[in-house]
Amino acid sequence: MPPQRSTVSRFPKRRPDWTLVGLLGAVVFLTSACSWVGWNWDTPMSTVIPKSDFGKTTHAIFMLISWWTLGIFIAVEGILLYACWRFRERPGAAIPKQVHGHTVLEISWTIAFAVILLIFAIPTIQAIFKTQEAPAATALRVEVFGKQWWWEFRYPQHKITTANELHLPTGQAAAFFLNAPDVIHSFWIPQLGGKRDVVPHRVNLLTMTPEVPGEYPGQCAEYCGMSHANMRFRVIVHTPADFEKWVKSQQTAPVEPTDPVAQQGKTIFTQSACVGCHTINGVSAGHIGPDLTHFASRKTFAGSLMTTTPENLVKWIENPEHMKPGALMPNLGMKGEQSKALAAYLLSLK
Amino acid sequence: MATHAAFMPGAKVETPTFWGAVASWLTTVDHKRIGILYGSSAFIFFLIGGIEALIMRLQLARPDNTLVGAQTFNELFTMHGTTMVFLAIMPMSASFFNYMIPLQIGARDVAFPRLNALSYWIFLAGALFLHASFVFGAVPDGGWFGYANLTSAQFSPRHTIDFWMLGLQILGISSMLAGFNFLVTIINMRAPGMTLMRMPVFVWMSFVTQFLIVLAFPCITVGLILLMFDRFFGTLFYVPAAGGDPLLWQHLFWLFGHPEVYILILPAMGIVSEILPTFARKPLFGAPVVIYSGIMIGFFGFGVWSHHMFSVGMGPVADAAFSISTMLIAVPTGVKIFNWLGTLWGGSIRFQTPLYFALGFIAMFTMGGLSGVMHASPPVDLQQTDTYFVVAHFHYVLFGGSIFGLFGGAYYWWPKITGKLLDERLGKVHFWLMMLGFNLTFFPQHYLGLIGMPRRIYTYAPDLGWNFWNLISTIGAFTIAVSFLIFIYNVIRTTRSGKVASPDPWDGRTLEWSIPSPPPVYNFARVPQVHDRDDLWLQKYGDGHGGAPRPKAGPVTAAEIAAIHMPPTSFWPIILAIAMAVMISGLLISTYQIIIGGLLTLYCMYKFAMELHRPPEGHGH
Repeated sequence: MPPQRSTVSRFPKRRPDWTLVGLLGAVVFLTSACSWVGWNWDTPMSTVIPKSDFGKTTHAIFMLISWWTLGIFIAVEGILLYACWRFRERPGAAIPKQVHGHTVLEISWTIAFAVILLIFAIPTIQAIFKTQEAPAATALRVEVFGKQWWWEFRYPQHKITTANELHLPTGQAAAFFLNAPDVIHSFWIPQLGGKRDVVPHRVNLLTMTPEVPGEYPGQCAEYCGMSHANMRFRVIVHTPADFEKWVKSQQTAPVEPTDPVAQQGKTIFTQSACVGCHTINGVSAGHIGPDLTHFASRKTFAGSLMTTTPENLVKWIENPEHMKPGALMPNLGMKGEQSKALAAYLLSLK
Repeated sequence: MATHAAFMPGAKVETPTFWGAVASWLTTVDHKRIGILYGSSAFIFFLIGGIEALIMRLQLARPDNTLVGAQTFNELFTMHGTTMVFLAIMPMSASFFNYMIPLQIGARDVAFPRLNALSYWIFLAGALFLHASFVFGAVPDGGWFGYANLTSAQFSPRHTIDFWMLGLQILGISSMLAGFNFLVTIINMRAPGMTLMRMPVFVWMSFVTQFLIVLAFPCITVGLILLMFDRFFGTLFYVPAAGGDPLLWQHLFWLFGHPEVYILILPAMGIVSEILPTFARKPLFGAPVVIYSGIMIGFFGFGVWSHHMFSVGMGPVADAAFSISTMLIAVPTGVKIFNWLGTLWGGSIRFQTPLYFALGFIAMFTMGGLSGVMHASPPVDLQQTDTYFVVAHFHYVLFGGSIFGLFGGAYYWWPKITGKLLDERLGKVHFWLMMLGFNLTFFPQHYLGLIGMPRRIYTYAPDLGWNFWNLISTIGAFTIAVSFLIFIYNVIRTTRSGKVASPDPWDGRTLEWSIPSPPPVYNFARVPQVHDRDDLWLQKYGDGHGGAPRPKAGPVTAAEIAAIHMPPTSFWPIILAIAMAVMISGLLISTYQIIIGGLLTLYCMYKFAMELHRPPEGHGH
């Protein structure tokens, strides 16, 4: 540190503190190094271990640009640190040569940047056109409806409707037709590739072919109001055979409840406002809330916020707003036995 | 005029009373005082925006946290973004425009001093109006980007969006007035001999910024007026069910919003371009190229807006076009960075606090620029947009860039503005803590984004691998907060007992260092004759090619000083700003208030225009 001065003279006496400059590098290095230690890329919503053709195409470009930019980063920070060390003021140094520029150098690095960017641009443009091609006729069509704050998935080829849980087969292209009945959302399954906004009164398209069976979380990625953070969903990628099984199970009508509590729940359901919003095949035909025909086959509910357990269901029915702020499902004042019965009925809808 | 002789900063005359001092600040038209008003207001809003960030970071420190609820969190990120962009970084830059442009171009004031005061008071009115939403419990919650149709009366029925939309319109008026004022100032008020290419690079970058302001703000104003009509008068511009288009808002907003990014960064680039030559004791390397790059950035800045919209489904042709234009804009940006490195190369670098911040700018802005190149590629962007990767990216640009640059400017020009030197040791501690805290906060956010953490979520599940680095990020944010406490302590301590600054404490190169610290109200007793971009340096050391230092001019006489005409103070700017605030807030209260406020505004505009002032003989230019 320089000694305190009463007034600053033009040439203050000071020892070179390039150790401080070294610290600049140390800070950046340490932060990166620390981060490296704690980096686990194989996480549920990782974007860097792609599990579809779409994800792989974009990831290849990401890696290409990453390596180049890492190189440029090291070059710039290296030159910066070296220049600070090499050209630090030394005691009694003369005024440095007043260089105003170097035309050849300046033109060279301008061209160098342009060339590097061209290296990024070519695969980028190829990928843009490739990933936005019209889907094949054999593709599995899925109509996606992003709503405040949950997801509806309809399979027109199979006449299935589900909520917050998307089932896909491997090896077959899936074409998502994205619809927003209210505000803008964004449909995103990080492990399967990039996102596409869901815009009211326009049908956006996203196509991809999942390659690895598994369970992948998805989430709304465009701020869409109060419970944006709670607008999640789950994607289950099956082998083609398993997918067929799932389709069959969804196409069958729900079994009549045999348990008396569940039967009582069904009565409450049909006699209350529930039917205005929810569809259960053969029972009700509301279209505002999620289709509950095979509710109990889903592992989670309410924007994939909660696992499907009796306790969670009771809590949700008794106070939706408490679990998902701003939830559009009204509190119908269900209490004790009523909500338990309703939960039992819903859990019978396998 | 004796009345305003009493009100000059640094004047020997004692200000008579407390209320006299207050009145002198409320009615000042002195660009230096207005600069101080802008700077201090901006710093207060910077702290408010910072506190909002700290609360958000606390909420996100662990999964499923319940410190604040969804609604509060949404309000916090809306106000944090709006505050930092419009009420902190822009007015901090405006503070330097105000204070430094006239000094660097050898002028006695800006072209329209009263208009300048009006800009400030309208800015303050807009900022207070926006924050009045806290008092009325209707804090904006639509994000700083306010995407339609979430902002429509159907989906946001409360007054929250009204406060935001009207506040931004008020702030827009202020920015437009200031923009035109500085354009005219820079074009018309330069000292003799200061050709455009002899202008200091900070003035050049400011010049480009003003063009961006006057061309970009009308876009958001149009967008906001359509929104206002939708919300207040039942039009359907953004209502999709009626054939309106919510994407219209996105285009209008980003046609403003992307140039706005350059409005936020170019002044800081200008500051860095002043600091580096001073402390490397060498001219800016390839100054014309740095200037042309700034112009190119400003020009291309209007052709890249849709890169904020790669995910909305514009189709492959638009995606490709905006991708190319976005990559193109990286070229002049990269050129600047290399020219700054060239400036350091071969210098005799003196490590004082302003330089630390300028070096910090280069080191951190480079990272922000490089991550920006990644999402210039739409396929990559589809994974990164609306995730914490983008949050990290633009904080490296706007904090690592703009804030480092602006605080470099604060340390650099502090002695000129206050006549006191900030403490070097505390300044360096501030720098290192800020550097450490900044990287702790934002570097892990790259990683969080890549493993899928979306933006604008108030809560997250514990099993996604996001917990640890969110906690680190929160710790980093508080480290930044501590660094600014040190800055505040430095300011308080040196204001009380700091060392007195000489006119030229850093061995500067440009005209502002040729006059006393702080400068007299008239800035230059004698308007300088300019021969070079580094005019003062040449006066001191010659041109480095055997040319001798220029002979000093004779002492300034009392008669010369007496002949200087400065504009008188005026209370119409502040009253006009209040009248406008009354009119606009009437939109939320009652029609009568709109009418009364409107009439009052018209009356004040008339008085403002007709206010008697002295005929312009003997004017300084």
